[in-house]
Amino acid sequence: MVKVTIDGIEIEVEEGTTILNAARMIGGNVVPPAMCYYSSLEGSGGNCRTCLVEIAEGSTRDPRPMPKLMVSCSTQVQDGMVVKNKTSQRVHENRGAVTEFLLINHPLDCPVCDQAGECHLQDLSFDHGGAGSRFEEEKRTFEPIDIGNKIKLHMNRCILCYRCVKVAEQLTEKRVHGVLHRGEHAEISTYIQKAVESDFSGNMIDVCPVGALTDRTFRFKSRVWFLKPMNATRECKKCPGHATVWMFGEEIYRVTGRKDAYGEIERLDGKTAWICDDCRFETKDPKQWNIEGPRKINRHSVISQNHYEIPNPLKTNVKKSLK
Amino acid sequence: MIKTVITQQDRPVLSPEKMAEIQGVIQQFPEGKSKSAILRILHIVEREAGGWLSPDTMDMVAEILSIEPIEVYEVATFYTMFNLNPVGKYVLEVCQTGPCMLVGSDQTIEYIEKTLDIKVGETTADGMFTLKTSECLGACGYGPLLKCGIHYHEHLTNDSIDTLLTACRNGEVEKY
Amino acid sequence: MGRKLLLEHIDVPGIETFDVWRKHGGYLSVEKALKNMSPDDVVNEVKNSGLRGRGGAGFPTGMKWSFLAKPEGVPRYLLCNADESEPGTFKDRYLMEKLPHLLIEGMIVSSYALGANLSYIYIRGEYMWILEILEKAIAEAYAKGFLGKNILGSGFDLDLRVAPGGGAYICGEETALIESLEGKRGNPRMKPPFPAVKGLWGCPTVVNNVESLATVVPIINMGADEYVKIGTEKSAGTKLISACGNLVRPGVYEIEMGISVEEFIYGDEWCRGIANNKQIKALIPGGSSVPILPAHLITKLATGEDRLMSYESLSEGGFATGSMLGSGGFIVFDEDQSVVRNTWNFARFYAHESCGQCSPCREGTGWMQRVLHRIVNGQGNMRDIDLLADINKKIEGNTICPLGDAAAWPVAAAIRHFREEFEWYVNHPEEALKRNYGMLKNTPTTV
Repeated sequence: MVKVTIDGIEIEVEEGTTILNAARMIGGNVVPPAMCYYSSLEGSGGNCRTCLVEIAEGSTRDPRPMPKLMVSCSTQVQDGMVVKNKTSQRVHENRGAVTEFLLINHPLDCPVCDQAGECHLQDLSFDHGGAGSRFEEEKRTFEPIDIGNKIKLHMNRCILCYRCVKVAEQLTEKRVHGVLHRGEHAEISTYIQKAVESDFSGNMIDVCPVGALTDRTFRFKSRVWFLKPMNATRECKKCPGHATVWMFGEEIYRVTGRKDAYGEIERLDGKTAWICDDCRFETKDPKQWNIEGPRKINRHSVISQNHYEIPNPLKTNVKKSLK
Repeated sequence: MIKTVITQQDRPVLSPEKMAEIQGVIQQFPEGKSKSAILRILHIVEREAGGWLSPDTMDMVAEILSIEPIEVYEVATFYTMFNLNPVGKYVLEVCQTGPCMLVGSDQTIEYIEKTLDIKVGETTADGMFTLKTSECLGACGYGPLLKCGIHYHEHLTNDSIDTLLTACRNGEVEKY
Repeated sequence: MGRKLLLEHIDVPGIETFDVWRKHGGYLSVEKALKNMSPDDVVNEVKNSGLRGRGGAGFPTGMKWSFLAKPEGVPRYLLCNADESEPGTFKDRYLMEKLPHLLIEGMIVSSYALGANLSYIYIRGEYMWILEILEKAIAEAYAKGFLGKNILGSGFDLDLRVAPGGGAYICGEETALIESLEGKRGNPRMKPPFPAVKGLWGCPTVVNNVESLATVVPIINMGADEYVKIGTEKSAGTKLISACGNLVRPGVYEIEMGISVEEFIYGDEWCRGIANNKQIKALIPGGSSVPILPAHLITKLATGEDRLMSYESLSEGGFATGSMLGSGGFIVFDEDQSVVRNTWNFARFYAHESCGQCSPCREGTGWMQRVLHRIVNGQGNMRDIDLLADINKKIEGNTICPLGDAAAWPVAAAIRHFREEFEWYVNHPEEALKRNYGMLKNTPTTV
């Protein structure tokens, strides 16, 4: 076990733990944002640079500070390391810079984007974005394309986190989907728009931090904050059938995996509970699901501002006494 | 902006000699590492396919290396030497980076554009020349220069450009 | 005449062939190393020579070698970085084209030192004809028993191969080079792990520049003790400088470290001054990514002493009044050249060459390029200049690999030393358009 201090909070973690995961163990606002890292996708991380932190002391053995900010998702903690995240002015400035870079070519089409309300880029710009844009040039644009009949790709919104490519690589049998071209022309594409056909391709939508990959069976049906997320399970031969169904009245509008506070699919019996495309796209009748009850969304974004929490008797009492 | 226009094209037919050359390239790498041969194979196949790589040609490379086609597309679109659209018989790539610009590459490009009546990125109507610009070709002391086939033509002047174009038309310049 | 260690026999007819090369002392270092030295002796000799990586970063080669992990039963690889693409740099091309056996010799000795039995030369795809020259020379070396099994009866085996790139500056970054050699996109890897631990195909790997590997030959031949007597204390030996831009005699020169910049630019033996009897306006001494120097800081340091051709003297003054030796790409600007236009040109280069993997570089290089393009074309405004300075500060240090820094430094330095020229472009948009090639004779510069 090694000791690490993040924003003044000390924690003991196993050797080999990354700074980001150590911070997640502490929780709260010492956790750096991460747009590309995804713990259950091997080799993810390092690209977006939003999780940069300052290392004020390298370790007990060598307490010198590191000159550059380090990506917390891929830097392992050392015994005696002192990390500054929220408490570092440099981190604050550079995270703002990265946010600006991610936004300069982003269309800011939140009003017509299905991801709005659960978008990590929205959260990031709320926390670290500027009030206006300094980018006066023409934005890079692409036409939206369908990759298969269930997934829509809006390349304009993509931040090139590579998560979906890792899903295609690690979850599906045959990868037809990848990153083409390079530099600012780099794009996620299937080149000749080959359909993405695999039992687990829908997970690309779940891992997408922005609205670049969206569910065509849910397209423009509703804003996410009007829906009620419910924990639900079903018997499925292909996957654990461990999902969140998003309901409006008695109807299921969409099905997703169960995501934790960091937007990652929860684990079940030690394995990531990825859901299959049958559960996601083809199973929208409430009778097909065993609905367990409302799901608590503990993200700090807009979808958690409503009424999704499991009724808490204490809170009800407070309201009553106020009346 | 690089935009890929997808045009289907029959895959090139590789002669037994070319297939043997490709196998030789694969053997330069340890067993199980044949993917490492991809760039050199793409160079070889591109020549055989008339100077550019169609999706079909790339699929063929995927088959040769037993990898997924997307792995070939990812690589072919990353490296700028590969043409993803049809090109003329001779591709003239003029270096336009700093040191060449200092010695007049802008004027070189202008002159070729005027002489061939095409813009950068275009091919002449007779299908003879495609004009491209390129970033630093690593011949900074010998500029302005262009690459045609595998060779560099350096210290360009209007006269030497004319001579080169004529030689190309007469088939006196190695295509690759 | 300065001392030549690498290019001594460059003008000998047929020097690219094995026999002529051998006649002029070729492959003696292989004999000496394989017969009389242990691999560790060779590593120590290189360490003691003070040789610094000639590719641009200047990291001590011997130290890099000593980091190589040596787990049992795992192959180790030596890769030669011949992906020379830094604007202003064309020395490796010259060396490989004219003296292929020098590189091969250096690679045999170095592979022996590192215990590598399979080594690759990764050469940029545009140098395809040099690949052919190298393969021909390699075939000769095999035929003469300097490559293959049991070289010179020493029990040491080495296979040497050449692999071409496909047109990507970023593959000169060592981890991108490794990715490319594995047949993938040239996306730099995150470090750690460093290639010395996990490189090509997950095995310990050393990546060295062409010139560094070639320099191993004279170091072994003459011994480190003799080698360190050449050059300066901190910059031992000789260095290839590829001089270009507005010079009377551009080309590749081997200099003894520590000659003065003035002598190099104006000396008869070297570049012979500025072409067309013009004045020098600026200098980029080490390839496009190092800071540009204005006229008054080229031959003299800020302190008034002479500036010398060495790692330490060129970087004297830090980024405020200094630059770097870098790769030795020596780019000279005459008085008629526009620094603004050239800055845009380089910004375009870096935007074109960014791999697109991490956001500050992917987005930032394109942004800078666009802003500079506007300024050059008479569409700029004053706040753009500060915006540029700010963008490059935000790219610098925040990227996976050094390309971000390489893109940021030239812009920062150009604004630092030539701000008035940027302002002139903003204030004279019409004239800037007409005088597109930057004839700035009548406007003041900071010189």
